[in-house]
Amino acid sequence: MTHPPARKPVVVRLSRKARRTAGPLLRGFAGVEVFLLAGGVGGRVGLVDPSYLPPTSTVLAHAGRLLTDGGFLRDIAFTLGGWSAGLLVATAIAVPAGVLFGSLPVVDSAARVLVEFLRPIPAVALVPLALLVVADQGEMERLLAAYAATWPILVNTIYGAGAVDPLARDMARCFGLGRAAILLRVWLPSVAPFVATGVRLASSVALIVTISTELISGGGGDGLGQFVFDASGDPDGAAEVFAAVLVIGTLGLLLDAGLRYGERTAFRWHFERLGEPG
Amino acid sequence: MSGRRTTAPARRRAGSGLAGTALRWSVFLVVVGFWQLVTTTLTPADYAPYFPPPSTIARTLYETWFSGPVSHGFLTGTAIHDLLPSLGRLLGGWALAAAVGIPAGVALGRSRHAIEYVRPLVHFARSIPATTLIPVFVVLFRFSTTMRVSVIVFGVVWPILLNAIEGARQVEPAQLDIARVFKLGRQTRLWLVVVPAAAPRIFAGLRISLSLSIILMVTSELVGATDGIGFFLSNAKKGFELPEMWSAIVLLGIVGYVLNTALLAVERRVLGWQYDAEEYR
Repeated sequence: MTHPPARKPVVVRLSRKARRTAGPLLRGFAGVEVFLLAGGVGGRVGLVDPSYLPPTSTVLAHAGRLLTDGGFLRDIAFTLGGWSAGLLVATAIAVPAGVLFGSLPVVDSAARVLVEFLRPIPAVALVPLALLVVADQGEMERLLAAYAATWPILVNTIYGAGAVDPLARDMARCFGLGRAAILLRVWLPSVAPFVATGVRLASSVALIVTISTELISGGGGDGLGQFVFDASGDPDGAAEVFAAVLVIGTLGLLLDAGLRYGERTAFRWHFERLGEPG
Repeated sequence: MSGRRTTAPARRRAGSGLAGTALRWSVFLVVVGFWQLVTTTLTPADYAPYFPPPSTIARTLYETWFSGPVSHGFLTGTAIHDLLPSLGRLLGGWALAAAVGIPAGVALGRSRHAIEYVRPLVHFARSIPATTLIPVFVVLFRFSTTMRVSVIVFGVVWPILLNAIEGARQVEPAQLDIARVFKLGRQTRLWLVVVPAAAPRIFAGLRISLSLSIILMVTSELVGATDGIGFFLSNAKKGFELPEMWSAIVLLGIVGYVLNTALLAVERRVLGWQYDAEEYR
């Protein structure tokens, strides 16, 4: 008595990993679709005034046109220039300072006071002052972006320097490693992931400050903030403003995703140790 | 419970806390003294008007904001006109964002698929600098308090929401199972298991969003305002009143510091059980 061999059902089998990512991806896509549709329908049926909230299709068309527009691309480049310069300067200042503060307890508690008092001062509150002292808009926004970006990097670096394993440090000393070697072999690998996290957080802060500075520093300059400022002065500029906001949001998302990816790839071991998904 | 507080490590920590506070303030004074020295002697004459010494700033700070009558809580007319509306918008916007973000975040975090539908949208919205939406909100609400509060709410709701989601997702499944075994209803499970487990992350979100609220409060007041600290700043700029401008900047630092300290105290009080639990682990 033999059973006929059970016929295998023919289905497209996704790998386990693909299935795990496909579901959320599709659902996320559906969410975006519904949102876009709602934006489109709301404008068309007169639920909202299209001159205030233009329908999705108009905004998307505008965004597409902007991305091929030379002037707008120059604005993007200008803003990214301010963002990257500010971030670089902040990293160059905050990382050595953070390692110094974090490695010396006395300096650490001293620095903490300063950080606690300076950090709550929003960089944008310095715009009126900076407008008087620094004439050039580009220089001003680099300065303010650097100021704002310093804090997240500093705080994370201090935290990372405090988390250096004292056992590893002592062991390196036992093996007769010199100061430079200990710094390179023990401190660097231990602090670097924290620095990377700080830089990622600082990146979004720097972008916000750069664009905000451009937005509130008055007309006649460059950058995405200036573009939004000019477009908002135009009575028919609502679609333009929304398109620019769409581009800015995408830009922020891409920068964040890029830095996050870099962080995960460069410090895989660190995240594995923490037990977080890599 | 009071017995717990007086364990040896706790006492030691309290002692070092006091010494730490003294050390911190002395360091603070040294730095301010250094600042005074630099601005009075080393700053080139061209830049001196832009960087008044801290003594001048402190005097201006007192005269402009805190030299009022006792009946007004020492607040001056300027403080009542500019500081209080700013604080109102700041706290109002922040509270509104919390009232929306925390329940929505906990609900989304407990649901398996709902979060997947909205995640891309939330991440996109989060990456839009809220200040770029000021023109949009100006079109919608004119230059009104509604516009400024909307900017704050839109800017700070995302960190609150995302942290509440993460917090609600991290509930220990075993704890939920136990609650089910004891036949606790949905409501009770929510309040006794999910919310306490999510609380640390919720507070983390609240703290991030508080400092963000200050930024957005000032920014939204720099455009077309008739009152507020931002309005005071832009006015001081027009009048070239540098000491006043610096006093407002320092005032913002004080506001941020005080609010953050207050929130930390609340957090310590609300989450005290958690620190205790960690100590006993």
